[in-house]
Amino acid sequence: MSGFTGTMRLVRLALRRDRITLPAWILGMTTFLAATTALFADGYTKHPQLLVPDTRVVVENPGMRVLGLVTGRTIGGYTLHRDALTLAVLAALMSVFAVVRHTRQAEELGREEILGAGVVGRYASLTASVIVALAANVVLAALLGLGMIVTGQPISGSLVAGVSIAIVGVAFTGVAAVTSQLASTTRGASGLAAAALGGSFLLAALGNMLGTVDAAALRVTSAWPAWLSPIGWGQQMRPFADNLWWPAGLSLVSLGLLSWAAVLLVGRRDVGRGLLPERRGDAHARPSLLSPTGLVWRLQRGALLGWAIGLFGFGLVFGALSEQIRGLEGDATEWYATFGGDVDLLGAYWASMLQIAGTAVAAYVVTFLLRLHHDEAQGTLEPVLGTAVSRLRWLAAYAVNALVGATLLILLFAVAVTITGGLVLGDPAPLLLDLVGAALVQLPAIGVLGGAVLVLVMLAPRWSVGMSWTLVVLTIILGPMFGPSLGLPTWLLDVSPFTHVPNAPAVPISMGPVLGLVAACTLLAAAGALALHHRNLALPA
Amino acid sequence: MSAAISVSGLVKDFGSRTRALDHLDLEVMTGEVHGFLGPNGAGKTTTIRVLLGLLRADEGQVDLLGGDPWRDAVALHRRLAYVPGEVNLWPNLTGGEVIDLLGDLRGGSDPSRREELLERFQLDPTKKIRAYSKGNRQKVALVAAFCSDVELYLLDEPTSGLDPLMEAVFQEVVQELRASGRSILLSSHILSEVEALCDRVTIIRAGRAAESGTFDELRHLTRTSVVVDTAKPLEPVTGWSGVHDARVQDGHAEFSVDPGELNHVLEHLVELEVRSMVTSPPTLEELFLRHYDDDVTGSGAGVAAEVVPTP
Repeated sequence: MSGFTGTMRLVRLALRRDRITLPAWILGMTTFLAATTALFADGYTKHPQLLVPDTRVVVENPGMRVLGLVTGRTIGGYTLHRDALTLAVLAALMSVFAVVRHTRQAEELGREEILGAGVVGRYASLTASVIVALAANVVLAALLGLGMIVTGQPISGSLVAGVSIAIVGVAFTGVAAVTSQLASTTRGASGLAAAALGGSFLLAALGNMLGTVDAAALRVTSAWPAWLSPIGWGQQMRPFADNLWWPAGLSLVSLGLLSWAAVLLVGRRDVGRGLLPERRGDAHARPSLLSPTGLVWRLQRGALLGWAIGLFGFGLVFGALSEQIRGLEGDATEWYATFGGDVDLLGAYWASMLQIAGTAVAAYVVTFLLRLHHDEAQGTLEPVLGTAVSRLRWLAAYAVNALVGATLLILLFAVAVTITGGLVLGDPAPLLLDLVGAALVQLPAIGVLGGAVLVLVMLAPRWSVGMSWTLVVLTIILGPMFGPSLGLPTWLLDVSPFTHVPNAPAVPISMGPVLGLVAACTLLAAAGALALHHRNLALPA
Repeated sequence: MSAAISVSGLVKDFGSRTRALDHLDLEVMTGEVHGFLGPNGAGKTTTIRVLLGLLRADEGQVDLLGGDPWRDAVALHRRLAYVPGEVNLWPNLTGGEVIDLLGDLRGGSDPSRREELLERFQLDPTKKIRAYSKGNRQKVALVAAFCSDVELYLLDEPTSGLDPLMEAVFQEVVQELRASGRSILLSSHILSEVEALCDRVTIIRAGRAAESGTFDELRHLTRTSVVVDTAKPLEPVTGWSGVHDARVQDGHAEFSVDPGELNHVLEHLVELEVRSMVTSPPTLEELFLRHYDDDVTGSGAGVAAEVVPTP
């Protein structure tokens, strides 16, 4: 019996468990790409003269290069620029969740012990999870390519495009294989992998922003940091232009190396434990823990710290690039018109960066509020509600912590932008005031999304996780970063709370939309509370 | 004596097809330890969750410490402590932190009582929950419940995973609580524990109360075993009403008799000239196995395997 005995049987088990999850991820991403491709193809077939200026906006503007690269004048390439980052992050998350689900989570829940007692090798679960995630990414590459082909894009470019997304998933399959060995909890393993994903995004963004533009303003040669990032590798395949295949090899090599490292790590640790040692803790609870709010704070503070470090890092980078934005002119400034750039270009740049940060904070709030569902489904809610804590008090503990966490994160980002922005532009004091105001107006929109998650957790607990994330993706697509360029009707864009966030500091803050969002958030939260008050709890059997 | 828990006609459905509780009656007197027994899936945990206001009753009356557990959940929870059947706690908190937290959320606990219980249950409070074994996690939940001075304790299979030494400590603590007048609802599969601790028991089967009463009362309701030798052949025994499971060999027979038919059977036996006779009340296992085994949904073998016999 080798260490890999039983791998194929575990692959079948994993596929059986994931028979809905993985197809849902893949089909969702394919639909998103095909639908946006069709919209852009339609727009640029009607107005072909717009394609070159629009491409130049993206190429010349360092802020837009955060999202990715466009090379040459092609509809497919332009579409992919708008979608690539979202899809790459989703592919990475799909792979991370799949690997962690079948390795660390199985260990944490004790399933691995039952499997390991059978005729199953030491490395079988790890290998099976990598095979499943890899297979999912192969299918994803093929379907994404197909999605672009059926909407009329060139075949070779479409196939490269699909692969350029899927290789991000492949690389993060390897990353998750390693983090599953390092951390002793599901949350820790996913968190470490997500931190690596954030770093990967930052490197690619930095490399592209610092890159050089060619004379025709249709091509960016990225600086070296982009080559350290799997997201960067995908972008360097330059679909629809160069159609390079070899950067995909970097991803496969990294998967091989990381899987090998993970196998070595499995051999060095006990089942159910990570490599990071288990420490003892306090024999008595500190007074700060002794309330629902204190408990929830304690449970989220590790994750919050990770997000805080990430957002602070992004803030420093984006602030430092303010100088380059000030020098922009011509086509490159057009994108900022959405954010009030015809009035104040730098202000519009900051407004767009705060919207991106606001979206990230919204994702944090959603992961955090979904813990309400996990508390209920996994049984940690039962001992709390068995004491003199009412359901509403428990919900309020989450609401307070979500508000505090979101406020801290967005303010931290604003402060980071001020630090480096103030250094390169001088005069940080008024900038700080402007950016703090602009940061705070993001909160009501984040709150609306949080309120919607509460309603979902309370009304449809079993489906709340999938539906909440679908909602996040939809509000981003319909928001100001993507919505206006997709040519969708205004009423549809108005559905996204992010559409209504004032473009501060480019334009003065108008209180109407802000108060509207606060009212919507309050209504949703109240509806969620009411539902929780009246329903049965969905406790584990 | 007033009732700490009074449930009548309780119905709880999950969806349109699953009836978890089917007109259940349950009465726990103030100051008694009440055993709550039944095969797996009979509805014990569902009942306790309704008593805690975590689930809402579809029909019937539920009265807990004089209040409505759904409406007055928070006020009532200050006066009770609960040990869940499946102890799910926060993996990154220590046992000591969880004990303090749950005690405090219930409205306060006694620090000296906490130290005493930690000592008696031999629990190290500095370890993280995820590092405890199943038995030690159970001890965390027990210490957290017992360090609160409350009127009522709801214990859902509280000793699963405990070693015999800790089981003995648990029984001691429960005896002390009874001596000081607390009420306890104890759901359990361990018959020796139930026999040692409980004043009365309720047996629940497929969501209904099958039997309720003291052990003596339950025994009276159940068949008596008879072993008899007679001068004349005993073949006619099999035909008498109220006789079950008869094994007959000439003048020797072993069988069981329904409680109402015992006198009638004796009259017949006298005619056959009894030489020796032993009658014995049913053992506890027989008592419970009969109820567990008759379970409509459970298969006999599987259900019987769940019962831990008295030593």
